[in-house]
Amino acid sequence: MARQGLVASFADPESLVEAVTAVRARGIKVYDVYAPFPVHGLDEAMGLRRSRLGFVSLAAGAVGLVAALSFQFYANVFDWSLNVGGKPDNSTLAFVPITFEITILAAGLATALAFFLRAGLFPGASAALAAPGVTNDRFAIVLRWTSPRFESGEAQLILHQRGAIDVRPLEIGAER
Amino acid sequence: MTPGIAARLHAVRGARSSGVIDERTRLRRITDDVARPLETWPGGAWWACFGVAFAALSLGVGCVTYEIATGIGTWGLNRTVGWAFDITNFVFWVGIGHAGTLISAILLLFRQRWRTSINRAAEAMTIFAVVCAAIFPLIHMGRPWLAFWVLPYPNSRGPLWVNFRSPLLWDVFAINTYLTISLVFWYVGMIPDFATLRDRTAAGARKAIYGLLSLGWNGSHRTWSRYETLCTLLAGLATPLVVSVHTIVSMDFATSILPGWHTTLFPPYFVAGAVYSGFGMVTTLLIVTRSVMHLEAYITDRHLDAMAKVMLLTGSMVGFSYGTEFFAAWYGGNLYEFATIFGRAVGPYAWAFWTMVACNAAAPQLLWSRRVRASVPVLFILSVLVNVGMWFERFVIIVTSLHRSYLPSSWVMYRPTLIEVGTLIGSFGLFFTCFLLFIQALPMIAIWEIKADAAIGSEGAHG
Repeated sequence: MARQGLVASFADPESLVEAVTAVRARGIKVYDVYAPFPVHGLDEAMGLRRSRLGFVSLAAGAVGLVAALSFQFYANVFDWSLNVGGKPDNSTLAFVPITFEITILAAGLATALAFFLRAGLFPGASAALAAPGVTNDRFAIVLRWTSPRFESGEAQLILHQRGAIDVRPLEIGAER
Repeated sequence: MTPGIAARLHAVRGARSSGVIDERTRLRRITDDVARPLETWPGGAWWACFGVAFAALSLGVGCVTYEIATGIGTWGLNRTVGWAFDITNFVFWVGIGHAGTLISAILLLFRQRWRTSINRAAEAMTIFAVVCAAIFPLIHMGRPWLAFWVLPYPNSRGPLWVNFRSPLLWDVFAINTYLTISLVFWYVGMIPDFATLRDRTAAGARKAIYGLLSLGWNGSHRTWSRYETLCTLLAGLATPLVVSVHTIVSMDFATSILPGWHTTLFPPYFVAGAVYSGFGMVTTLLIVTRSVMHLEAYITDRHLDAMAKVMLLTGSMVGFSYGTEFFAAWYGGNLYEFATIFGRAVGPYAWAFWTMVACNAAAPQLLWSRRVRASVPVLFILSVLVNVGMWFERFVIIVTSLHRSYLPSSWVMYRPTLIEVGTLIGSFGLFFTCFLLFIQALPMIAIWEIKADAAIGSEGAHG
């Protein structure tokens, strides 16, 4: 079910950050902010937590490392030990380069995949924009409808005071 | 709406400042400038370049087809010199790719903002160069349709696994990982730009393609925040990767017992050389591209100056390595090593050796001069010389070490056949064809990164 909200458009990133700070200072929750580039200072203004993608890299890298090393050990020692130039079956040092490459490969692919899943990005995903131009030259704040403040016009006033060029109602969920 | 608030709202709306218009037009102009080549039919200069590149590619396709149909005997290889042109080209092309990763990943981690307008093109160059490189070991197999034998898959021969101790197998993993991670990094970087292009294109096939590629990107800052983390992580992963790739390539040689190859100097020497040749190629490409595509406002003289300084640094490292090789050959007291290394300078391939020294060690020393770095034509010539020199470096390392080994009875000369020369020309054709298609079909400058930089710049100007 689509929920009601309010979208405010901005023309420059500084006003956008100020508006987000002002809105949150009044206790109004910010649903999301839309911008054509990662705006400096918005993470702090929106109070976003640091992304946990790094843990995915670490975990996938560890899995890749163990898998690559143990597979080479298994193939060379247990499954079919091949005498190459009299080198020991378990030539661990010689397994390091491939292990390293697989570690990087697993970590990189898993991190990218985790990002796509978490951000809901996939081929064919619909992309109705919160406001026209947010992938070009506009910035937008979307707020969830909180009745008293929106009906009194307080939220609209804050947004306009911080430089919003356009404030209008929006059905949240439609832009996703 | 309460009357008091309504009145104040009206007053605020009336007093709207017009200063914000500048910011919007500036951002919009960036989009327009970068998207322009994608929305217009290419000009005469592009078609001329494309014609030459495509002709070279066709020649290469012909040569490779003939070689595969007939056999490796069409090359000038013999029992003593079993690696020559093909492996030279392989190492050359892998090396070219390294500058792309350096610019996109390492300079990102070091927060070098000048990289912004050239990183996309440099990453594209990496991918095309690695593809060119990968072709050579494949066609050297003679029966490239059996290339999948290099992969450790469960097979009906035991399963008999591949030899995990062999540097040639390490190469398989290194090159494939490098290509995959570079592709992911490149594509991830383009997603926001695909969304920008999608939203400015009228409905039709182009919009549908951009829509599919943009994965539903809508500019959400929650996504942007994660996206920046993702880019930093991928850069952090690509940085050791790029060092490992050329290290492993150098181990193809260094782990053998051949004089001239068996040296611990190889990994750092190869990595420095790879970055050097890659920056040479980036400079060559961008000097041409910025004038063909009229992007002088984005790829500025400052970029060329910075790239020239990297060439000067890495070129000096390469020159120092040449000196170290000679010192180690003399100081090590190994007769065979001494004969091979000094044989390079005075033997039958001395012309190739001195070409290499002149282009790689001597020529870049001119870059100490600010006037040389500021002159685009001189820089262009130097960057081409770097690539000529770096190609000869690999040729010298590979052929001179092989053609005279321990046994004088097996000493021979190697001479490339026309098929090998045609294949080399073809690989350049493939590289430039891909690059020309790239600058015409995809945003060759990272739109969102330029905008972010412009915003940081204006913030600084405001105080």
